[in-house]
Amino acid sequence: TFHNLQELRHSASLVNKVFVQRDYSEGTTCKFQTKFPSELESRVERTLFEETVKTLNNFYAEAEKIGAHSYLEACVACSTAYLIFLCMETRYEKVLKKIAKYIQEQNEKVYAPRGLLITDPIDRGMRVIEISIYEDRGSSGSSSASSSTSGSTAR
Amino acid sequence: MHLAVEQEPVRECQYNQICTRNSSPAEGSLARKGGHRRKWQVFQGRNKFYCNGRIMMARQSGVFYLTLVLILMTSGLFFTFDCPFLASNLSPAVPAVGGLLFFFVMGMLLRASFSDPGVLPRATPDEAADLERQIDTSCPSGPGYRTPPRTREVQINGQTVKLKYCFTCKIFRPPRTSHCSLCDNCVERFDHHCPWVGNCVGRRNYRYFYLFIVSLSCLTLFIFSFVVTHVILRSNRTGFLSALKDSPVVVCFFSVWSIVGLSGFHTYLISSNQTTNEDIKGAWSTKRGKDNYNPYSYGSILTNCCAALCGPLPPSLIDRRGLIQSDDPQPLSHSNGTSLYTPTPLYSHMVLPKEARLSVCLSVCLSVCLPACLSPSYSLYLSLSPSVSHALSPPSVTRTSASKAPSSSCRLPPPRCSTPTLWSWPPCRARPPWAGVPACPTCPPASPRCPPPPAPPPPAWAARGTCCC
Repeated sequence: TFHNLQELRHSASLVNKVFVQRDYSEGTTCKFQTKFPSELESRVERTLFEETVKTLNNFYAEAEKIGAHSYLEACVACSTAYLIFLCMETRYEKVLKKIAKYIQEQNEKVYAPRGLLITDPIDRGMRVIEISIYEDRGSSGSSSASSSTSGSTAR
Repeated sequence: MHLAVEQEPVRECQYNQICTRNSSPAEGSLARKGGHRRKWQVFQGRNKFYCNGRIMMARQSGVFYLTLVLILMTSGLFFTFDCPFLASNLSPAVPAVGGLLFFFVMGMLLRASFSDPGVLPRATPDEAADLERQIDTSCPSGPGYRTPPRTREVQINGQTVKLKYCFTCKIFRPPRTSHCSLCDNCVERFDHHCPWVGNCVGRRNYRYFYLFIVSLSCLTLFIFSFVVTHVILRSNRTGFLSALKDSPVVVCFFSVWSIVGLSGFHTYLISSNQTTNEDIKGAWSTKRGKDNYNPYSYGSILTNCCAALCGPLPPSLIDRRGLIQSDDPQPLSHSNGTSLYTPTPLYSHMVLPKEARLSVCLSVCLSVCLPACLSPSYSLYLSLSPSVSHALSPPSVTRTSASKAPSSSCRLPPPRCSTPTLWSWPPCRARPPWAGVPACPTCPPASPRCPPPPAPPPPAWAARGTCCC
């Protein structure tokens, strides 16, 4: 098992992934740490990155806010035995769509030109914001090396 | 093996994708070649899926069907035998309200059992490796040694909470998350694994579960009260007191309270924003320390209730109906035989004292089973033979003691003797409940222990030793 880890570390020099972890200081509502990962220092401006994470956090706070809207939604849903959700989206789902759009936009505008890509946290169980770092070094060599390592880890 | 072969090209594409996003010809051909496989087909927990992934349940669902049968039987008997009389003599609103309640109960039960309880997907290989790197730098461990229990501490609203590493899911379990050993998933805001519902009860279906038990207690109270009304109306001829004395109304009364007790317990949990899991462990009890408090509570009972029942409904994190995309790294698979890091199943199970598990199981069992057991036979008895009540003896004392057991409410293990009585309970339904079943024929009344009952096998969870919680 140790060898596989070593190999994974080798592949990290080619393609690295940075994970921004959740911030639980205010409870279990979805919030990510705004601490700037050191791996991104040469790639992207600190303010740009913090701006993105803060916007995402605001979106999640909006989705998980307990207020008049969520009361109304819950009462209507409960009175129809939750059958209404067969034909209606919850507010959370609407915000998730907004988040997906926002991330795509940010990727296109800010991150892709810098060789970075953000993965939507919903695809990672809302545990992490995954940022993939890509290097310009010839893609053929890197992909063959990484595929061989991933092949061995899969088995 | 099949899986491994298929995952290899998937990974390859994932790295190819560096330059050619979404436009690689290899990717398109793979999607066509692999057909439209959905994510639930490669889901790694021990769950069952139906209707192309729309329905998700735990693998053992036998008890769930028992629940269904009990509820259907109780209500069916009530509607066929009691309702015609009540509708004509009292009001047609009785069957209408009963029907409405019944459909709500069934709706909530199915919703609780068929939906995703809040399963956290397992870590992708990259995420697991990243965590491993962080752990390695903090505490190096040789390959021959068993790794120490890995924990991480976070501050939540000023309270220090330990996050445990889950060796199965390869993540640090978020706060309130626990790994269900039966379903083999980490479940967010894990309450308990409910065999009666046939699913875990967690963040996404706790609301349905709560509404289910509340509406079920309403339904049993409703049925009970109208069965009593029925007996009173009918016994006008024979005399009320004699009819009441010779009927198991009192027993029914106690058993109804057990399910009401369970909903009361969950109402308490909701009002203090706790989970059953945390309550049993006493995670936030002041016994652990003076400054121990529940960091998730909003402070007021009303806000806690509103948050639990009217909060926004979180989305499912396992996109189980989603098609498998080639750029989705699949989490490390156990079916391949090896896992990257030392799997220690010891840590992946929730640790609960045996007694606590048993008592919760028993109380749930009593709460669901007893009213359901008693009401149908009772209403059947009433509707079929209201005039013979004189000839029949009242139920034995044991049944009353068994039905009183849950009033010790979910905490203390019931007295030993009541356990076999409970398990011998379902066969009792075969014969009329008023036939006077002796409690524990093999043991003298003063004996502290009972031998296990011969006929009915204990439920599956009891045999496994790992029960609901």
